[in-house]
Amino acid sequence: MNEEKKVAVLKGGPSLERQVSLRSGAHAQEALVRLGHEVLALDVGPELVPELRAQQPDAAFIALHGRDGEDGTVQALLEAIGIPYTGSGPAACARCTDKALAKYLMREAGVPTLDFHFLREPSVRQLGAAHAVADIEGRLGFPLVVKPASQGSALGVKFARASDQLPSAMVGAFSYDDKILIERYAKGRDLAVSVLDGPATDSTRSPPGRTGARRAAPFALPVVEAVPREEDFYDYESRYEIGMTTFVCPAELEADTAARAQELAMEVYTLLGCHGVARVDLMLEAGGDDLWVLEINVVPGLTETSLLPQAADAAGIGFDELTARVLASAWTR
Amino acid sequence: MDRSSSGAGEGRGARPTAHELARYEALFASRTRSMKSSAMREMMALTERPDVISLAGGLPDTTTFEPELYAKLMSHVAAESTARALQYGPTDGMTATVDCIVEVMAAEGTLIDPSEVIVTTGGQQVIDLVCKALIDPGDVIVAEAPTYPGAVPTFGAYQAEVAQIEMDSDGMPIEELEIVLDRLQARGRRPKFIYTIPNFQNPGGVTMSLARRRELLVLEDNPYGLLRYEGEPLPTLYSLDAEVLGSGGGADLVIYLGTFSKILSPGLRLGWAVAPRPVLEKLNLGKQGADLCSSPVTQLFVAAYFNERDPGGGRRWRAYLEQLKVLYSRRRDVMLEALADHFADDARWTKPQGGLFIWATLDERIDTTDLLALARESQGVAFVPGRAAYVDGRSGSSSMRLNFAGVPEEDIREGMRRIGKVVREQLSLIGTLSGSVPSSRNLARGAAEREPGTPPGGEAAQVDRGVAGGGLRAGSPGAGQDAGPGGDDSGLADVVALPRRASEGSARRRRDR
Repeated sequence: MNEEKKVAVLKGGPSLERQVSLRSGAHAQEALVRLGHEVLALDVGPELVPELRAQQPDAAFIALHGRDGEDGTVQALLEAIGIPYTGSGPAACARCTDKALAKYLMREAGVPTLDFHFLREPSVRQLGAAHAVADIEGRLGFPLVVKPASQGSALGVKFARASDQLPSAMVGAFSYDDKILIERYAKGRDLAVSVLDGPATDSTRSPPGRTGARRAAPFALPVVEAVPREEDFYDYESRYEIGMTTFVCPAELEADTAARAQELAMEVYTLLGCHGVARVDLMLEAGGDDLWVLEINVVPGLTETSLLPQAADAAGIGFDELTARVLASAWTR
Repeated sequence: MDRSSSGAGEGRGARPTAHELARYEALFASRTRSMKSSAMREMMALTERPDVISLAGGLPDTTTFEPELYAKLMSHVAAESTARALQYGPTDGMTATVDCIVEVMAAEGTLIDPSEVIVTTGGQQVIDLVCKALIDPGDVIVAEAPTYPGAVPTFGAYQAEVAQIEMDSDGMPIEELEIVLDRLQARGRRPKFIYTIPNFQNPGGVTMSLARRRELLVLEDNPYGLLRYEGEPLPTLYSLDAEVLGSGGGADLVIYLGTFSKILSPGLRLGWAVAPRPVLEKLNLGKQGADLCSSPVTQLFVAAYFNERDPGGGRRWRAYLEQLKVLYSRRRDVMLEALADHFADDARWTKPQGGLFIWATLDERIDTTDLLALARESQGVAFVPGRAAYVDGRSGSSSMRLNFAGVPEEDIREGMRRIGKVVREQLSLIGTLSGSVPSSRNLARGAAEREPGTPPGGEAAQVDRGVAGGGLRAGSPGAGQDAGPGGDDSGLADVVALPRRASEGSARRRRDR
């Protein structure tokens, strides 16, 4: 584990989550340096592949959020040029980043996820999809949440209380992606469970750039709860706004609820084929004990205030150790 | 590529490129929590890309400044004032610079006492120092809506409670202001000051009589009173207040904020405040703590520039100002034309008599933050979404601020064509989804004609009119349906001054994923 490696930290890029990614990347870089690795920091752009080919790092540490970095694009490129990388592979990335696909897969597998419908913008123009909207409303009821299928930040997440608000909510969401979800709104507590592969074995013995280390079984970290700071929040979007939320870790839950959340997270992690690390967001619906899986993030934030580092810390895994484990996932595929 | 930390040699044993922030998290002051960023502001930071036509900046066009003159002035400062330029200066500013300020303000018809001036590091510092001197956490500031996006993070940093008052075509409606003040009074609250960016229609006299009656301080942010392209200059609030007092002295309720950024250069980072002496003293103390003094190098540069004469003996700075006015007013006309060409019937926008910006308001069903994401991604064009000018970050959602001054004509035309295209696409989509035609003017008709089974989007959207915020209040004079394309919303023209990159204004901090 302690063998010095040349690690390219991929961060930034043109996605809407660029700023978080830069901070995740910087935070990981610091830890990698402390761990004794040689760090090559890359703000991804048109020079990414030439730079990687020229530098030939032993592994790429992916700290990219949003488009390209989280949807499998960069992962597939790295496979093409033969550079091991951290986290999930292209297929799992595609399954998780496309929230609609992820929800369909969960529904088929019997994993509880809030009822939803999926819509593509071209179908509005070409297939008369507008005429299906009333049916969707009828089936899901109001209020509804509309979200771009592949947008990780708060942008484009819309709330519609009634029919008249739905068209502009949908168009707002379509601004970020031509695929959107219309989802039943549930009130409740926002929970997140991060799942981490166990410590790899034999990784120091595998030559740089080679896979082969044994992957250990994944396990769930303690549940984190995101608590809105302002209870009287004005709309759905604001709960995603920065500074409006505080985090409690471990979340104050009944033991069996916490255990169920962790089990669900593990189930989803395996179902979608995640590797190395992922964060599963859930909701504990108010007025009952229904747990719903909302979405899965294959490149969880690594900033100083992100959920994954907090959860790891609560499990006694410091940030350096966490970073080391994520890095190790590059060689356990 | 991030060259600063790439390449061999970096890494092992090297000092980490950044401090580990987690170690400091517990140390941060509670005020940093209100220095909040937002997804919208972070997205605005992404508009600073070479391939994007940005109408988002608050920039004047500095390419118009003669390189030879710049070189000459810098050489002059270097040769003639070496020691002074390289030394600390007085906190309240160098005499030679204050003389220039007196001259600029006189050009605006405002006479001031040089001893009531403090030279600052940009106009932005005045906002900061005034808050520093006056605002305790929870104190109230009254501001216009929309307001200057760059003031929003400053108010937040001082944990002020901001009451924004939606403007009509005359500026901040006094009756609305009265209502807000009464409401505050009922809660035992009294605003520490009113922050206003006087625009070309604002009946300053009314504002000042109210301020006087209520004994309220006013911060008058006037970055471009001299950039007037047409119409009669209006007196500054400062001069109105001083006039009432008579005796040729300064105002006692107005803090005036001025800047060289728009008439000369934002790169110099020089602004000023003129304030009643007790306030001035606090600003001075605040500035000592902030930066001791503004740069003597640029202060001397300004002084040298103001000494320049034309071949005809006229003031060089006046000639340059005239040159800028010709250029900017032409660009404004180009943008107004482009707006008429590319924006739908139901959009409305200001027709400014001066300044750098046009404030445009679209169909209320369009959220300009989303529009920006799409326009930037699919068309490579950017603007400031209206929400940036609202402290709550939510109102103004169907408005946008467009800069016409810092962008060449062909970019204005092309940029507006691109924005117009995206707007039309969105409206058409909304129309299809709601079964109405894509025009809010025809909403009732659209709703009536919609096919059975499709949602009645039109009707309620019409009901919502004016509630979504964003520019003019429905029902106010000159607002809403009265203001058609290019309608006379000129009052709003200069409410928002942003002399900096979008990214600079945003206090980026926590972003939890």
